[in-house]
Amino acid sequence: MNDKTPVIQAKNLDLTFQTNDGPIHALKDVSLDIMKGDFVSFIGPSGCGKTTFLRVIAALEEPTGGSVTVNGMTPDEARRARAYGYVFQAAGLYPWRTIEGNIRLPLEIMDFSKSEMRERIDRVLQLVDLEGFGKKFPWQLSGGMQQRASIARALAFDADILLMDEPFGALDEIVRDHLNEQLLRLWDKTHKTIGFVTHSIPEAVYLSTRIVVMSPRPGRITDVIENTLPRDRPLDIRDTPEFLEIAHRVREGLRAGHAYED
Amino acid sequence: MMRNILSILTVVAAIIGLWYLLCIPMNMHEATQQAQRAGAEVTPATASERLQLGGIALAVQNPTLWPGAFGQDRPRLPSPDQVVAELWNTTGAMVLSGRSMTKRSLVFHGWITLSATLLGFVFGTGLGIILAVGIVHSRAMDMSVMPWAIASQTIPILALAPMIIVVLNSVGLQGLIPKAIISAYLSFFPVVVGMVKGLRAPGMMQLDLMRTYNATRGQTLWKLRLPASMPYLFASLKIGISASLIGAIVGELPTGAVRGLGARMLTGSYYGQTIQIWSALFAAAILAALLVGTIGLIQRRTLKRMGMQP
Amino acid sequence: MNAAARSFGVSLPGFVLLSTLGLSLADGSGLTGVAIALAAVVMGWFTIRALAEHFKTQRWARLAAPILLGVLILVLWEVTVRALEVPFVILPPPSAIGSKITNSMPLLWADMVQTVVKGALSGYVMGCGAAFLTAISVDRSPFLKRGLLPVGNFVAALPIIGTAPILVMWFGFDWESKAAVVVAMVFFPMLVNTVAGLSETTAMQRDLMHTYAATYRQTLFKLRLPAAMPFVFNGLKISSTLALIGAIVAEFFGSPTLGMGFRISTSVGQLALNIVWAEIVVAAIVGSAFYGSLAMIEKGVTFWHPSQRG
Repeated sequence: MNDKTPVIQAKNLDLTFQTNDGPIHALKDVSLDIMKGDFVSFIGPSGCGKTTFLRVIAALEEPTGGSVTVNGMTPDEARRARAYGYVFQAAGLYPWRTIEGNIRLPLEIMDFSKSEMRERIDRVLQLVDLEGFGKKFPWQLSGGMQQRASIARALAFDADILLMDEPFGALDEIVRDHLNEQLLRLWDKTHKTIGFVTHSIPEAVYLSTRIVVMSPRPGRITDVIENTLPRDRPLDIRDTPEFLEIAHRVREGLRAGHAYED
Repeated sequence: MMRNILSILTVVAAIIGLWYLLCIPMNMHEATQQAQRAGAEVTPATASERLQLGGIALAVQNPTLWPGAFGQDRPRLPSPDQVVAELWNTTGAMVLSGRSMTKRSLVFHGWITLSATLLGFVFGTGLGIILAVGIVHSRAMDMSVMPWAIASQTIPILALAPMIIVVLNSVGLQGLIPKAIISAYLSFFPVVVGMVKGLRAPGMMQLDLMRTYNATRGQTLWKLRLPASMPYLFASLKIGISASLIGAIVGELPTGAVRGLGARMLTGSYYGQTIQIWSALFAAAILAALLVGTIGLIQRRTLKRMGMQP
Repeated sequence: MNAAARSFGVSLPGFVLLSTLGLSLADGSGLTGVAIALAAVVMGWFTIRALAEHFKTQRWARLAAPILLGVLILVLWEVTVRALEVPFVILPPPSAIGSKITNSMPLLWADMVQTVVKGALSGYVMGCGAAFLTAISVDRSPFLKRGLLPVGNFVAALPIIGTAPILVMWFGFDWESKAAVVVAMVFFPMLVNTVAGLSETTAMQRDLMHTYAATYRQTLFKLRLPAAMPFVFNGLKISSTLALIGAIVAEFFGSPTLGMGFRISTSVGQLALNIVWAEIVVAAIVGSAFYGSLAMIEKGVTFWHPSQRG
């Protein structure tokens, strides 16, 4: 699966925010290649720059130094080429649109034909297991279903890259397990490249092919861990020694980042 | 903060600039008239032809006469400096010469209007708060009175004003009281509606907490409902005071009153004294701004002391 | 249910009986009549309390309670005025106002058309439309927005109604000047609400549109305008009341011999209070109908908003 062509390349990335309390180094000297078909998780304590890094890739933030390319383009060109779908921490569905209407939103903006829209809406609704809920309004659904709808919205226009910023952070553990399982299946079916921000170690280990451990002040990458687990992962893989071993390494990495600090 | 002030100044400057610009077409007919009387060349030459033209067309045809559009005695639109000068002459200058309570002084007229406004406002808000407390504590009042209080906000109840003035006049009540009554009922309804919302602001958990203490209704009112309602109270007080002022001004219109800002506007419009109308209008605006600003100041200090606002 | 039947069994027939009694022997009955009316009011109030106690959740009770209160006040008013033989020029009884309304339908209709349709409605559409468009064009400049918002809020609190004499002088006595007053009154409240509404989107919603590389127009039509709708309707509702007030009060400063404000100000002068009250009733009906229809459209458009889902 890993055909070793980098889709996202970051070199010596720097990002400093100017605030009233002086400059904040959100990212310092961050370099990373994300290969096609990779599922890369970013993990670290708050303030480590994981979300910021994702936002830089999505051209939602402008780096102050270094370079990023997405599909060989600058992030902003990639954004204009609609190269990625972005899933936020909250579902952020428009309350005045139905679930279908929300999924249709990016398709309307990107000028898809009517029949194409219909076909894509049906397909992604099926992908996230929401058939039959298309005519509902977001506020009539549970939090987990809303988040699935927002993933469907990101999938609808079939970008090769999916950027997810703690998409399941606000959900309870049972729902989160279920969605993790679904997400893995979806990744398997669609062969997308996924960048996934989380603060949960089991989630990162369960989902990804590579785990990027980050640490704060300044935000930087402290470790990149290759996940050796097989691609087929039932939920109870999380009780196997291999899984715990990798989780342990991630935890060590996180701790190392902290010791550095004080 | 600095950026905001700059923005506000820009907007205000733009409005004043537009105003000056507007003076030219508005006052052009009079300006050409005066210029012709003074022997200047005017196109078109006769007044009747000029009346056929709009102000803008006339201004375009007589660009040299633009200065005449400013500083007229009875302009259709006085320029800002004329209004400011008139405001100063009828306020500050009169105070300095010790004539602040004479008939020409806007301080005097403003005071007449202000006293009715304040009297009515105090009664209106007082009764409004009492009724709101009643509504919150009695389901019967909530169900029967509240819909009317809400409906009253959709109705032009200001239209009652002339009748109140005239009827009270016919039973011998004049001056302050009738105007204060109008001010009172105009501020009454917004305060009722706002205070009911405010007294209901405490959440279920806070009310349950009071119940676990076995607090009486009076204690719940004083220690929870009233403090929680303060932001709502001040919001409705601001609406109430400007409604009161409008009530007092409109209350001065129907009887041909000669005292008060409303009366200044009315006599100004009878005699075509535009500068007088504009200065009375601005005096009313300044008064409104001062009243709302004062409540805003009290609001900020109170809420700050109560820890409800940084 | 049994308790309900018992409390209604006494209070409702008591209210009906005493009201009928009071109304039938009202004329000139003096304090006896007043006493009977007060007794009827007490019975009526018990009925409302019974309603509130036993049927508080029922829809019909929520409707019946305010209606009952209205009837109660009308009975008290009617009987007292007739029993004490209060002169018509002070307070006519509701029955006299009612018959005046049915007798003067054509007159009231013509006044209504002049004031509401020609004056208020045209000014409302122009003022709100202009404010809406201004808000959208200003919205692209954060600099102007920062300046216009405080200035707009300030102006919205001023007694704009005071521009009426000036605008009547400029636009003449007919409906055009009334429409102009209405435009001046509704413009700023509508502007401030729309500008605030257009800023109502969250950072996440804007980021989402950004990741789609949506154009300004797409963001405006698909995100910001829908999100602004609750605010826009708030502005429209506030403006509906202001429009009626403006159109009526502007007629106090001069009008053709037609219009609700004209009728009120001239009839008040002749102490013909029947027709004044009739006009006020019409104003109340028109005002609440106007507001009510806006609220209904709002419900349809902003069905998704938490305040409407309840």
